[in-house]
Amino acid sequence: MTIANNTVNPSAEVERTDLVTVTIDDLEVKVPKNTLAIRAAEQAGIQIPRFCDHPLLEPVGACRQCLVEVPDAGNGRGMPKPQASCTLAVADGMVIRTQVTSPVADKAQHGNMEFLLINHPLDCPVCDKGGECPLQNQAMSNGYGETRFHEIKRTFPKPINISAEVLLDRERCVLCARCTRFSEQIAGDPFIALIERGALQQVGIYEKEPFESYFSGNAIQICPVGALTSAAYRFRSRPFDLVSVPTVAEHDSSGAAIRADYRRGKVMRRLSGDDPEVNEEWISDRDRFAFNYATTGDRLTHPLIREDGELRPASWPEALNFAAEKLTAARGSAAVLTGGRLTLEDAYAYSKFARVALGSNDIDFRSRPHSPEEADFLAAAVAGTGLGTTFGDLERAGSILLAGFEPEEEAPTVFLRLRKGVRKNGTKVFTVASLASRGVEKLSGVVVPAAPGTEAAVLADLRSAGETGAAAKESLGADSIIIVGERLASVPGAYSAALRLALDTGAQLAWIPRRAGDRGALEAGCLPGLLPGGRLVTDPQARVDLQAAWGVDSLPGTVGKDTGEILAAAGSLQALVVAGVEIDDLPDPAAALAALEAAPFVVSFEVRNSQVTEHADVIFPVVPPAEKDGTFMNWEGRERSFPVVLQVPAAMPDVRALAALTQEMGLSLGFSTAAAAKKEYDELGRWDGDRAQEPTYQAGPALGAFDSTRLSTWRMLIDDSRSNDGEPHLVATARKPVAKISLTTSRRVGVTDGDELVVSTDAGSIRLPVVVTAMPDNVVWLPTNSADSHVRRSLHADHGSIVTIAGGNA
Amino acid sequence: MASVKESLWDPVAGFGVTFRTMFRKVFTEEYPFDKKPTAPRFHGRHQLNRWPDGLEKCIGCELCAWACPADAIYVEGADNTEGGRMSPGERYGRVYQINYLRCILCGLCIEACPTRALTMTNEYELADRSRESLIYEKKDLLAPLLPGMQEPPHEMQLGASEKDYYLGLTGAAAAPAEGGGNK
Repeated sequence: MTIANNTVNPSAEVERTDLVTVTIDDLEVKVPKNTLAIRAAEQAGIQIPRFCDHPLLEPVGACRQCLVEVPDAGNGRGMPKPQASCTLAVADGMVIRTQVTSPVADKAQHGNMEFLLINHPLDCPVCDKGGECPLQNQAMSNGYGETRFHEIKRTFPKPINISAEVLLDRERCVLCARCTRFSEQIAGDPFIALIERGALQQVGIYEKEPFESYFSGNAIQICPVGALTSAAYRFRSRPFDLVSVPTVAEHDSSGAAIRADYRRGKVMRRLSGDDPEVNEEWISDRDRFAFNYATTGDRLTHPLIREDGELRPASWPEALNFAAEKLTAARGSAAVLTGGRLTLEDAYAYSKFARVALGSNDIDFRSRPHSPEEADFLAAAVAGTGLGTTFGDLERAGSILLAGFEPEEEAPTVFLRLRKGVRKNGTKVFTVASLASRGVEKLSGVVVPAAPGTEAAVLADLRSAGETGAAAKESLGADSIIIVGERLASVPGAYSAALRLALDTGAQLAWIPRRAGDRGALEAGCLPGLLPGGRLVTDPQARVDLQAAWGVDSLPGTVGKDTGEILAAAGSLQALVVAGVEIDDLPDPAAALAALEAAPFVVSFEVRNSQVTEHADVIFPVVPPAEKDGTFMNWEGRERSFPVVLQVPAAMPDVRALAALTQEMGLSLGFSTAAAAKKEYDELGRWDGDRAQEPTYQAGPALGAFDSTRLSTWRMLIDDSRSNDGEPHLVATARKPVAKISLTTSRRVGVTDGDELVVSTDAGSIRLPVVVTAMPDNVVWLPTNSADSHVRRSLHADHGSIVTIAGGNA
Repeated sequence: MASVKESLWDPVAGFGVTFRTMFRKVFTEEYPFDKKPTAPRFHGRHQLNRWPDGLEKCIGCELCAWACPADAIYVEGADNTEGGRMSPGERYGRVYQINYLRCILCGLCIEACPTRALTMTNEYELADRSRESLIYEKKDLLAPLLPGMQEPPHEMQLGASEKDYYLGLTGAAAAPAEGGGNK
């Protein structure tokens, strides 16, 4: 939505040469040419009633509620009948009269409202939209108080599920087409459409294709009546007794603005916020619906201490004392694992705790496949770089190359912005991947085929990957962006190759991790070779700078161990501090569990019971994001601060628990609240001294250099992640897990579409229906963590691992 | 010096009212031994009404809670499921509480109720010893089952269709519940 500045700002008016002057209700406004009349009226402070109009959707003029009178169309002649202001572009000299000054427009609007209400049921008391319904509100402001319709209303069976999460009540629909336009224009899932004609026109779904969308919740939110409602929020509450708090979503690295509505200490629903810089007005279904994970009954409520092999409840002072004693003894031989759920403040607290209280650089936030190359890449190209590539850049880029990154599955907000760029600005999307996912198809993306493990070779020489690679290479330039995801950590040399490609072509490089806390943890120094603000552990100047700021005499100067090394060395370490790590996310969960058992002393900071708490010696219950304040740093490097949603007395966020623990150890963290931690972090600032060298790891073998079957895998947005617990409707919208192989490979194995395929390693096997698709030969694709397909747990495998495949009947 | 009238007659005259009243009917109410009926439209304790087949009229819409100036009502709606029907239609009130420590018996909730589920009885004895006992739950407020009524959950038993269900009841009591809602 572009609207010119209507305030007195001469310079801006001089700059804009395409302004036109229109008169709306005797007020003169200057707006850019082609502005819609309804937008121009908003500029003048006049609200015209509307249902179908939405600033982020293309105009359609479906509901006819926004009729205005146009006595002069700019050419001296008036328009003979009232016009829909949402499809009427203004012209210079146009005169518009809205319902405020024109009885004609007012009567037209009243008439149309009466028309819309003819078949609208009067079930407002049972409707979930009641109380926040544009139809209700505008019927009051722009409708007749009395009905003249005494005939029988058209009825449909109600409600029907159009997906597990979305309920459709066709009686209430006013046919504004917001949902169908959203699905087609924004999400790209056009499995919902207006069918039939006349009085029987209705919203329908294809019976053969299920309405599967990761963004269906947005259609519910923008529905101006109660026709689309959510199964999760059905009859849960009323707007008047909800308290709304603007906050930030915690399920991906986009930091989408959301609104949490709570009632009696429980979050009832979450809606999309409005942040044009980040997520505009859209969020993914996971951000919207997955918030019950902390209230499913396995929440930790008090500290626990292991005594004679059994966990027993303990008071905070006792548990702190117990842990502090052991950790003080373990100083210099203790390590910290922080998962991806932490806020920037919490991560900063862990980072400082590891260095100051444990005297160790053994800290790593990467609870997933990782590599030393990735750490070097992050230190060189990401940490301490501040706000880099933004969502706006994605939208305006000429071309985008994705490598090891599935936008729709890993960062849906990024996907929506990419799709906007593709639709509005003709952005070309290329992806270095083994196959075209549905998300990439919706971006009209071109696949540069790369078997798992060969992404580095392909990135190093795009032209080697056939025509599409050459086209990708051709398109890369100064207005291009290369997006690398966390999956490249499994491919040696891939980050180095991507960096070199960016340097050679002048393209921007953006790292988009999957989890919300990753960028913040990186900036806070939760890496073995990095201190807060991008300072290098090996840089004496940076250490001195930090020592002065922290008021400590010395900081450990050798690069510590990363997650893999910490787990490998767990038996020889004296203590392990684990915060929010899900064992099944790690490359080899069995080895990780063995490491936890081998570790002499494990301290766990957790919200819920987990596999880590089962092996912990002390457990501190910390709170989920809804009960604390803090900041998520999104992939752009933008700080996304959020307040406490649910005020819980004596809530212990990680930062407060760590401060107490440090104090118990006779030391001081220097802060005990998120706000104080943030202040200290801000004062510390980004390091402006020497940066790490760009990594120059060698790429692995190129395509065709192997003949055993390799595994290609990535996580789906809605999968068996524990953060989706407690929300069965959402989990039911997960895409059906399938294995994917190429035609040649399917012939070799002797399976066809729909047959079962068994993928196995020494550790175990996975059996899934197979889909034959265009992808490199001798590669099998599996979802990483979906139902019946837990690649890490069952196979102990990762992207690029060698697996065996066989037909299900063999 | 007071006159004769002032010193002799006035004291006697003052007792005149007393003497006169002695022979009148007494106003004293022998409450609680002798309970006097209230005015017919007295605002007393609430009642959640039922349809003649025993289904609850309350649809859990929370409009009563919305209307309440004292914030004394708490409602949670829920879905009528197959085999678990508590009220006609899609929705019923799963939780219904009125806090009589807060309630000012103004009757705005009764006006707000779109189904005439909530009405007031003439019962005025609303005193007790604990806070808990004065928060009335749905089970305390529901009207008793009259002959012919069956305790929900059960299916709608009046007429073959939903329309028949309501039209069969368009007596005086049920009139505002359906049909003319947009008047």
